Amino acid sequence: MATEVEAPPKAADERVRATGSASRLLARPELGALVGVVLVYVFFAIVAADNNFVSMTTLASILNRAAPLGILAIAVALLMIAGEFDLSIGSLLGFSGMAIMLLISPEDAGGFGWPLWPAVGFALLLTALTGSINGLLVNVTKLPSFIITLGTLFIFRGLTIAVTRSLTSRTQLSGIDEVPGFDLAGTLFGTRIELLGAKFSITIVWWVGLVALATWVLLRTRTGNWIFGTGGAVDAARNVGVPVSRVKLALFVTTALAAFLVAMLQVVQVNSADALRGTGLEFEAIIAAVVGGCLLTGGYGSVVGAALGALIFAMVQQGIVITGVDGDWYQVVLGSVLVVAVIFNNYIRRKAATR
Amino acid sequence: MSAQTDEAVLETRRLSKYFGSVIAIKDISMLVRPGTVTCLLGDNGAGKSTLIKTLSGVYEPSEGDYLCDGEVIHLHSPRDALARGIATVYQDLAMIPLLSIWRNFFLGSEPTKGWGPFRRFDVKKAKEITRDEMGKMGIDVRDPEQPVGTLSGGERQSVAIARAVYFGARVLILDEPTAALGVKQAGVVLRYIVRAKQRGVAVVFITHNPHHAYPVGDHFVILRRGQVYGDFAKADLGLEQLVQMMAGGAELENLAHELQREAGDDAELREAVAVLEQEVKAVAAEPVVVERRADVVSDEEGRPEG
Ligand SMILES: Nc1ncnc2c1ncn2[C@@H]1O[C@H](COP(=O)(O)OP(=O)(O)OP(=O)(O)O)[C@@H](O)[C@H]1O
Ligand SMILES: [Mg+2]
Repeated sequence: MATEVEAPPKAADERVRATGSASRLLARPELGALVGVVLVYVFFAIVAADNNFVSMTTLASILNRAAPLGILAIAVALLMIAGEFDLSIGSLLGFSGMAIMLLISPEDAGGFGWPLWPAVGFALLLTALTGSINGLLVNVTKLPSFIITLGTLFIFRGLTIAVTRSLTSRTQLSGIDEVPGFDLAGTLFGTRIELLGAKFSITIVWWVGLVALATWVLLRTRTGNWIFGTGGAVDAARNVGVPVSRVKLALFVTTALAAFLVAMLQVVQVNSADALRGTGLEFEAIIAAVVGGCLLTGGYGSVVGAALGALIFAMVQQGIVITGVDGDWYQVVLGSVLVVAVIFNNYIRRKAATR
Repeated sequence: MSAQTDEAVLETRRLSKYFGSVIAIKDISMLVRPGTVTCLLGDNGAGKSTLIKTLSGVYEPSEGDYLCDGEVIHLHSPRDALARGIATVYQDLAMIPLLSIWRNFFLGSEPTKGWGPFRRFDVKKAKEITRDEMGKMGIDVRDPEQPVGTLSGGERQSVAIARAVYFGARVLILDEPTAALGVKQAGVVLRYIVRAKQRGVAVVFITHNPHHAYPVGDHFVILRRGQVYGDFAKADLGLEQLVQMMAGGAELENLAHELQREAGDDAELREAVAVLEQEVKAVAAEPVVVERRADVVSDEEGRPEG
């Protein structure tokens, strides 16, 4: 029946074997994490079948846990792709939350008594500034960011605790909901969305939106190309005209801003800031990025992968809680998941490259 | 002299570059004119790469002046040089192994479309141009998505050259661009150099191969131990002389004598030395049939085509 003649195929290159979309998918950095998500979910679905693991409420709990870590992991992944680390991100989270609370707390409580939005704006500025301190130190000293930010991890945390305690003689401040102008903040950062009987935090919306934005930046903008170049071979990138110092500085500020956003979300949601908040989070964010396929040495990785890494993290946490396993075993399981995921990822990547 | 200075795109005046106690180049004065090919020649470690890295903004000179269009300039990064239309093929190629061909091709000079915050990398255009430009070099890119790290050495070099030719609007600097290339691709690069020159681009060409340098060069600057050893216009220099100078003719003869002494009464070695002596003489009396020799030399580099 077909009378139409198909256009003659473009002369195919005899050195190219059709590898199909399956193999292309295999070559993507986030594939390992995607498989990991499915495996971990299925595992707990079976092990914790009696405890209702497969349910809307559990899903909501998992996503609510994953979202804040996921937001941090986005920024950490971008930075890792550019070949750098930010170990101070947990401290920055504590810092920015406390900055907001200190600024809005009434003067008789040791605060500054600022109105909400100016306080938020100023805290944002301060956090960006601290982030740029990381970036400038790395750019100027040319030392590994691992060491620099290990130092600032303690500096920022120590500063937060010391300043807070000396001003207010406490390490925890609460009461953001009493400040005028809270309504809008409550909506933007504190809304809970009811869906099929479960409560989903608005943090998830921020997370998904930022994953999309960061993916677009990484894959479809000139900045993204620069990020890959900077992490892949920094001298080569500089020699072909990539402003590598600017790229790194911008990314350190980005991780600081991610920490600020998460701090803001938490301050509004739990109505308090704690000088110790975010402790240990830097490692969780790095784990999420690595599980998500980012190369520790830079130049390779994906934002979606890092998001999936955060999801795995939250599933393991929630799975352990829900199965009633003694919480003491949590770290053992988590460490195992990390090691297995990285081995698996590596295997997949090599397999894909040699197919 | 002043007439020449006026027309030079790039000029260095007693330019020196030190790395701590190492004097890599010292008091280099040279002119790079539009529409001419300046060949930069010299032994390993003579300072050629250091000089061109200073020209392309990788290093800032320790002493001396660097002039562009007759004005003293200070390049702080290669980005500054690119902004002036100075593009470079580095000896180490400056490629990102994990990145695809098209991303490498445009790294640092990405074409964009869209406006304001929606400005984005024009991926389609980038892939097309990459394929076209590589095709012009005689390299048929299978898949522009292929990571550069998995390309063959010559293919990788071709990407670097195609990229520099594409972006080198005024000055094109090539540091041993033909080192890893097959006969055909080396020929293409030489033709590129000539074509760029005809377009009025100033070309700085570094090579260890006199048979690549002589046919395309207008002007030969010979470096030795970080200093200018000779500076010749083509009219003042025959191929034989150039070959002699690059091979260090007198030094080669000394080497032959030395070997002869060492050979003692080992018959086989004596014979080998005799052959070497013949070759040294042949180098000096090289016939100036450039085309044919170019092929032979490239064959000896051991990279037959395909
Ligand atoms: N970053 C550096 N630090 C210290 N010394 C250097 C540096 N770069 C180059 N040198 C030295 O400067 C001298 C010139 O090096 P350069 O790379 O310019 O030589 P070249 O002429 O390009 O050699 P080749 O033909 O082998 O490429 C060498 O002795 C080298 O050891
Ligand atoms: Mg060199």
